[in-house]
Amino acid sequence: MVPVHPVPDTPPAEAATLEGRTVLDARDISRALTRISHEILERNKGTEGLVLLGIPTRGVHLARRIAERISRVEGVDVPLGTLDITMYRDDLRQHPTRGPHRTEMPPGGVDGKVVVLVDDVLFSGRTVRAALDAMNDLGRPATVRLAVLVDRGHRELPIRADHVGKNLPSARSERVMVRVEEFDGHDEVSIASTTEEA
Amino acid sequence: MHKHLLSIDDLDVRDVEALFATAAEMHDVQNRSVKKLPALRGRTVVNLFFEDSTRTRSSFEIAGKWLSADVINVSAKGSSVSKGESLRDTVLTVAAMGVDGLVIRHGASGAAQQVSQWTDAVVVNAGDGMHEHPTQALLDAYTLQRRIGPLEDKHVVIVGDLTHSRVFRSNVLLLDKLGAHVTAVAPPTLMPAGVTAWSKDAGFSTSHDLDEVLPEADAVMMLRVQRERMSGGYFPSAREYTVGYGLTRERLALLRPDAPICHPGPMNRGLEIAADAADAAQSAVLDQVSAGVAIRMSVLYHLLAGEGSDQ
Amino acid sequence: MTDATNAFVLSGAAPLGEEPRDLYVADGVLVDEEPSGATRIDAAGLVALPGLVDLHTHLREPGREDAETVLTGSRAAALGGFTAVLAMANTSPVTDTAEAAERVFDLGRAAGLVDVQPVGAVTRGLEGVELAELGLMSRSRARVRVFSDDGRCVHDPRVMRRALEYVRAFGGVISQHSQDPDLAGPTACCHEGELSGRLGLPGWPGIAEETIVARDVMLARHTGSRVHVAHVSTAGSVEVLRWAKAQGIEVTAEVTPHHLMLTTDLVAGFDPVYKVNPPLRPDEDVAALRDALADGTIDAVATDHAPHARHDKEHAFVDAAFGMLGLESALSVVSEVMVQSGAMSWADVARVMSQAPARIAGLEGHGGALAVGQPANITLVDPDAVVVVDRDTSASLSRNNPWHERKLTGAVTHTFLRGVPTVENGELA
Repeated sequence: MVPVHPVPDTPPAEAATLEGRTVLDARDISRALTRISHEILERNKGTEGLVLLGIPTRGVHLARRIAERISRVEGVDVPLGTLDITMYRDDLRQHPTRGPHRTEMPPGGVDGKVVVLVDDVLFSGRTVRAALDAMNDLGRPATVRLAVLVDRGHRELPIRADHVGKNLPSARSERVMVRVEEFDGHDEVSIASTTEEA
Repeated sequence: MHKHLLSIDDLDVRDVEALFATAAEMHDVQNRSVKKLPALRGRTVVNLFFEDSTRTRSSFEIAGKWLSADVINVSAKGSSVSKGESLRDTVLTVAAMGVDGLVIRHGASGAAQQVSQWTDAVVVNAGDGMHEHPTQALLDAYTLQRRIGPLEDKHVVIVGDLTHSRVFRSNVLLLDKLGAHVTAVAPPTLMPAGVTAWSKDAGFSTSHDLDEVLPEADAVMMLRVQRERMSGGYFPSAREYTVGYGLTRERLALLRPDAPICHPGPMNRGLEIAADAADAAQSAVLDQVSAGVAIRMSVLYHLLAGEGSDQ
Repeated sequence: MTDATNAFVLSGAAPLGEEPRDLYVADGVLVDEEPSGATRIDAAGLVALPGLVDLHTHLREPGREDAETVLTGSRAAALGGFTAVLAMANTSPVTDTAEAAERVFDLGRAAGLVDVQPVGAVTRGLEGVELAELGLMSRSRARVRVFSDDGRCVHDPRVMRRALEYVRAFGGVISQHSQDPDLAGPTACCHEGELSGRLGLPGWPGIAEETIVARDVMLARHTGSRVHVAHVSTAGSVEVLRWAKAQGIEVTAEVTPHHLMLTTDLVAGFDPVYKVNPPLRPDEDVAALRDALADGTIDAVATDHAPHARHDKEHAFVDAAFGMLGLESALSVVSEVMVQSGAMSWADVARVMSQAPARIAGLEGHGGALAVGQPANITLVDPDAVVVVDRDTSASLSRNNPWHERKLTGAVTHTFLRGVPTVENGELA
C-alpha cells in the first residue's frame, strides 16, 4: 500500500524576518527538554505505561526528542505517537477549512496508559482542550499529563501544564515563536511585540 | 476550493491533493472504535435523492454522521414533473428547513448545477444523469493512487457504456488533471457523440479493441452496462458484448498482475466483468467502497467545516 | 366621410428602405393624397414595411392561459410589428375541429390587435394516426388553410401522404415539424454533437430533421402538393431544400430568429431558457441558415413564439418545457443579424417577414405592397434604434426570453392594422 501523505506544512514565510528577542537558544532548549524528560520519569517513577503524543506540527518533533532522551537514560523505548487536533478545534467555522495532519496511534494504543501530551507553546489552552477531546475518541488513558516547551500565560480555560520548559510571561499582543531544527532549520524561542513587525 | 462540488472542473490539482490527504486521515478514523469526528457538529446535511441509490446514499450518510453532522435522507423520487411541482420548488422546500449541505442525486444531466443556483446551501453532486459523479471519480483515483502510486503518466483503461456514463465523464476529467493517460474502450454505438473531437481536445485515446489495449494498462476501470441498452440497438446480445468488451477470464490473463481492476458497482457479474476478475487479488472493488466513505467525509469536511467558500 | 381618428400621414417614411416619402392612410387603406384632419406621424428616418406576418406562434389558449392568452399574445405580436399571426393547434383541447378553430378565431377578433389565423391540426388529437376534419376546418369561419401537428411530427409516411393529397382540394398546406421520433425521442434536448457528448445530454441529431424533410419533399413531388417545412435548423435540411426547389418541388420553409443567432454552446450552462425544439445548433448550421434566408432557399422568418409558465421551465434541463418567446424581438433580431451585416436589405426583410408568409398562408389583405388601394397594414421600424432586451417589460404573460440583456439594433416603433394604430412609439396604442 502506497501511503498518501498529508500535504506538508510550510513554515510561515515571515518567520525568518521577524524582529524580536531570543528567549531560548538551541542549548537552552536542549537543557529544557532534558529536564522535562527527567521530570516525566520522576513523576511516573520510570517508563511503565508511559506514552508520548506530540501535537502537530512542532510538538511532534519535541516529543521525539524527549523519547530519545528517555531512551538514553532508561534504555527503554517509550511508545511515541502524534495527535492531530484540527477536527476538534472550537474555532473551525471562523476560518477557511484546514486540512488535518497525521494522527498516528502509538504502538500499544492509549487505553490504560499514562499519556503525556507534548506541545510547543501553551497559551489559551484551547489546543489542549481539543487534544483531550481527540484523545477521548482514540481511547481511554489512565492518566493524561501535559508537557510544553513554553508557557506564556493568558489561559482562557482551566488548563495547566505538568512540565514546563520555560515560563514566559508575555503581553497578549506579543508573538511567541518557537522554531525547531527539524521543521524550521534551527532551534529558537523568541518573543516579539507585534508593532515591531514590518 | 469552490463553494460547491458539481463537477471535477470545480477542483484544481491542489484541491484534489488536499482532498486525498484528508481522506487518508479519515480512512484511519474508520478503523477506530469511536468512528466519529466533531468537525461538522451542528451542520445539517440533506441527501436529496431523485434516483434510487442505496450504495451512494449510505456512503454519504455514513460520511456525514461520522463527522457528527445531522444527516437527513429525502427521497424525492417520483416528485417534481409527475406531481406538477417544479424542481426548484422541491429544492427550495427542502432548503427552507435550514440546510447547510445538499447532496443531490438526480436523473437529469446538469441538475446539480441548476440546483446550486436556487439555494444558498453548499451543493454536492452525487450523480446527475449522464453528466458527472465527482465523488466517484475522486474515490476511484484515490484508490488507484493508494495501489499504484502517483497517477502521472500511468495508463488507465476505461471500458463500457461511455455514452451513458457519468462515472466515465468525471473520471476522464480527473485522470487528465492528475496527468494520467486514459484510453476509452467501447463499441462504436456506446462512444459519446463527438468523441473524436472531444478526445483530441481533452487528450484521451479511444479504441474498439480491448485485447490490444489491456496489456498496456496500469489500471483498468470496468463500467456497468445496462441490459436495457440491447433494446435500444446499442449491441445485439449480452454474450456478444461480453466477448467483445467484457473482462473475461482470458482477458484477466492479458492484464498485468499488479494492475488494479476497478468497478463503480453494482456489477453485472458475467456481463461486463467475469466473477474471476471481480474476485481476483487485483480487484480493488472493496477498496473503492471504503475509499468512498473516506473521500465523502473529506469532501463534506472541506466544503462545510470552515467559514465559507473562497469565491 | 373620413374618420379623423383613422387618418394618418406617415411623413418621411422610407418604404422598404427606399426613397423616403409620405404615406397616406385613410379608412383602412393607403390613399394617394393627404386626408383631411389626418394625424401627422413623423416617420423621418424610419423604414416602412408591410405589416409582419408570423407563420408560427403558440398562443396557448385554450388550455394554458397561465402561460399566454390570445389577448396577451396579440399584444406581444403587435409590439413586434405583426398584423397577422398563425396560431398553432397544440392547444388543450387540440384545435382539430371547426368549432375549436372558430373559437380561437373569435378570441383573436375580440382582442382586435392582430389578425389571429388559427392553424388546424393535421391529425386528430395530434396523435398522428387519423386525419382531423381538415375540410370542415377550411370551410369554417376560421378559414383554416395551414395545418400542422407542430410540437409533434406527422411521422407515419402514409398519413403524411394522405394529408398532402387531401388538402389540395381547398388549397391547404401542411406545415411539418420535422423530427423523426425514432432518431430524436422525447428526451432529446440538445444538438447531438461534441457538447452533448461531453456533457451527457440526450442528443437531437440533425439527421432526425433532415430525413423527414427529404422524405416530405419527395412525397410532395409524388402527390403534386405543397408542403411547408417549419423551423428549419440544419445545414443538411437547407441542402435538401435547395435541391428540391431546383427540381421545381412546391416546398416552402421558415426559420426562427433564434436559429439565426443563438448556438448550442449556450446550453453548456444547463439554463432551460435555451431549451427549444428543434434545438440550437452549432455555428456551421447558423451560417447555412443565414445564407439560405438571404438567397431565398428559406422563404420566411417565423417566430415559433412558445410561452411557458415559470414552473414549466424550472425543472432539470432534460425535464423542462421546450420553447422560447419570440414575437416582440423577432424584427430586432433579424435586423441585427441580417440587415446590420449587409446580408439583407429592408426589402428582403419585407419579403421574408410579410410577403412570403402571407402568400404561404393564403392570407389576403396581408403582405401586400405599400401601394394605393392596399389595406393599411404597416409596420414602421427605426433601423438605428438600439434595444437592450428586458424580459420583465414584455407584454407576454411568460418570461422565458433568451434575449434578456442582449443589445439588438433595429426596433418596431409603430404598427397599423388596417389603418388603426395598435402600437405607437413602441407602446401599445
